[in-house]
Amino acid sequence: MRNAARGSLLDIGHLKPEEIVGLLNSARRMNPQKPRPLLKGARVLLLFYEPSTRTRSSFEIAAKSLGAMTTLVQAGGSSIEKGESLLDTSYTLRALGADMVVVRHPNAGAPALMSRHLDIPVINAGDGMHEHPSQALLDAYTILRHKKTLKNLQVGIIGDIYHSRVARSAIHLLSKFGAKITLCGPPEFLPEVATTLAPNLHITRTVEDAIRSADVIMLLRVQKERLAGMKISLVDYISRYQITSSRLKLAKKDAILMHPGPIIRGLELAGEVADSPQSVILEEVRNGVPVRMAILARAFTRRRA
Amino acid sequence: MRQGSHSLLIKRGHLIDPAARVDAPMDLLLRDGQVAEVAWPGKIKGSADEKFDARGLIVAPGFIDLHVHLREPGQSYKETIATGTAAGAAGGFTSVCCMPNTQPVVDSPEWVAWLQKPERGAVVNLFPMAAATKASKGAVLTDYRALQRAGAVAVTDDGKPILGDEIMREALRLGAELNFPIIQHAEDTRATEHCSMNEGPTSFRLGMRGMKASAEASIVERDVGLAQQFNGARLHVAHLSTSDALKVVRRAKRNKTRVTCEVTPHHFSLSDSDIADYDTNFKMNPPLRSGSDREALLVALADGTVDAIATDHAPHASHEKEVEFERAAFGITGLETALGLAITKLHREQRIPLTRIVELFTVGPARVLDLRGRGTLTRGSHADVTIFDSKKRWTFEAARSRSKARNTPFDQWQLTGKAIATIVSGRFAFRAD
Repeated sequence: MRNAARGSLLDIGHLKPEEIVGLLNSARRMNPQKPRPLLKGARVLLLFYEPSTRTRSSFEIAAKSLGAMTTLVQAGGSSIEKGESLLDTSYTLRALGADMVVVRHPNAGAPALMSRHLDIPVINAGDGMHEHPSQALLDAYTILRHKKTLKNLQVGIIGDIYHSRVARSAIHLLSKFGAKITLCGPPEFLPEVATTLAPNLHITRTVEDAIRSADVIMLLRVQKERLAGMKISLVDYISRYQITSSRLKLAKKDAILMHPGPIIRGLELAGEVADSPQSVILEEVRNGVPVRMAILARAFTRRRA
Repeated sequence: MRQGSHSLLIKRGHLIDPAARVDAPMDLLLRDGQVAEVAWPGKIKGSADEKFDARGLIVAPGFIDLHVHLREPGQSYKETIATGTAAGAAGGFTSVCCMPNTQPVVDSPEWVAWLQKPERGAVVNLFPMAAATKASKGAVLTDYRALQRAGAVAVTDDGKPILGDEIMREALRLGAELNFPIIQHAEDTRATEHCSMNEGPTSFRLGMRGMKASAEASIVERDVGLAQQFNGARLHVAHLSTSDALKVVRRAKRNKTRVTCEVTPHHFSLSDSDIADYDTNFKMNPPLRSGSDREALLVALADGTVDAIATDHAPHASHEKEVEFERAAFGITGLETALGLAITKLHREQRIPLTRIVELFTVGPARVLDLRGRGTLTRGSHADVTIFDSKKRWTFEAARSRSKARNTPFDQWQLTGKAIATIVSGRFAFRAD
């Protein structure tokens, strides 16, 4: 057992504000159109135990833009299917010459486990219900393109917070910089214990309260299957929590609407809201690349420090 | 087990025998597997084959652990009866009760007998517990009469609680008839599926599903209600971990229901907020609970509500623990750290008197199982003695454990209090270097 290799990114919860600022500044210097060979010759392993479209391709494009070689290993069609343990798979990738591993895993803490046994940086691309740090960083990056500062920003986070690694990472990050966060959802998606995650958190069950005077509205995906076992029906959920044009008007005029994707039009948000000028959903996807370039560059340059 | 006449004189020690209300300097003479004499220092005349100078040490009845997993039959890659009982001896235990959740499940008199054979290599007394239902499936009761005759001291489906009301009622009814304790791992498993820790701020932060405290209390409540229907029913709650369940037990005891309970060292030493970095050595079932649950356990350990400290020693191979937290096996080892944790956490930090701690390791568990002649050192009792140094500071090193397993959250912990000698039937099963 060891400490995580320098340059690892396991969560936002343990990151210092100055490290976050450093990553965001570095991201602003990254341009996917103008490749910089910062990772020339490096081997970046993308280890994905869960399906992913945007995060995986975003990391892949980021790595290639920096001159790295990438290899994708997915749970299906690999020895993982044959029952190989996470650590044995990790050792194998290390033996193949990986310089860093980007991992997406259905179990919370899987990247932390790998990092305790590997001497190369481990980057968490989403672990169970725990965290999704690169998403939080790209969200902060996106917000800061529209707002001067995170301090005192009114942020409403709406949807299935309990199951959401995106929410946990975003809450940690925004709270560290003094944003005022209102969480909103039915009790099954938002237990009272959520307020213990970070300072300055409030809970409301009324979506209008979460939107009113907000600078940022952050929506989370709602999985229909999860609603199945709940008190609230799909129809009720939509009527109580869906973001519609009229509800969006309650927010500040210059409020932005965010969503980590994939979005389900007609469920957590009305179709026209997704396409409204206030929506920055696709900009988030675009910003994912420079932010992940910054994460990879940090991992590579700090790895043997 | 051992033949021939033998005597051992333990002198100049301080005897704590709570059952006999003794807390004084006393010499002790053991002969032929029994306590032959207890007397003021220097008053025992005549010679002994062997002498032990216990100056500065506490001499106590042999410790009894109501809850250990020795993994035989079938899982000797985790632990064996030989290695597990050696760890027990090193921890000061002269008797251990082994759980039946093995492969196969110990649900027949043949397996109960198998466990007790000398070939198994137990170095301390081994008291088998048998499954309460066939294959611990919760459907059909095992043959309690035959299991009892074969040497089982209780029945339990540990790890797989008996959920059905009817079958639990039947178990308690039959147990009452035979004076046979029914031990329950109180967990409503219908409410804890996919959970790997306690529900609370820590599980929310770590992004893991949490077990509600109510899943324990509701089963204890149900069981107490059922036990009250049968005169003489004996219900024992294994590894009780929540404040709510304690309330149920306290109320039941006040109503003279014959319900007993045990608490583990890890539940009185740690809470869920200690789970850092997804370290699977902090994963067990019941899980580490909240700080207020832990405080309630400390109160109940002091005030007499808790009957025994039991380790729930649960050894696992490293490949079962060095995996994702949610996929890791439940359980930690505990035999070698129990006494040190009790003295460090209960005596030194909480000021619980040593006599009470000795009671929790000796007469307390002996009463839970009605073990005649154990848990005390009155004349004629079994010559099981634990000699410990209540002031010795030492560092527990998992790598040097006598257990086969290394899965403990207490590796490198500085503890106070350590077993110096463990005597089983008048012979040394363990002596510190």
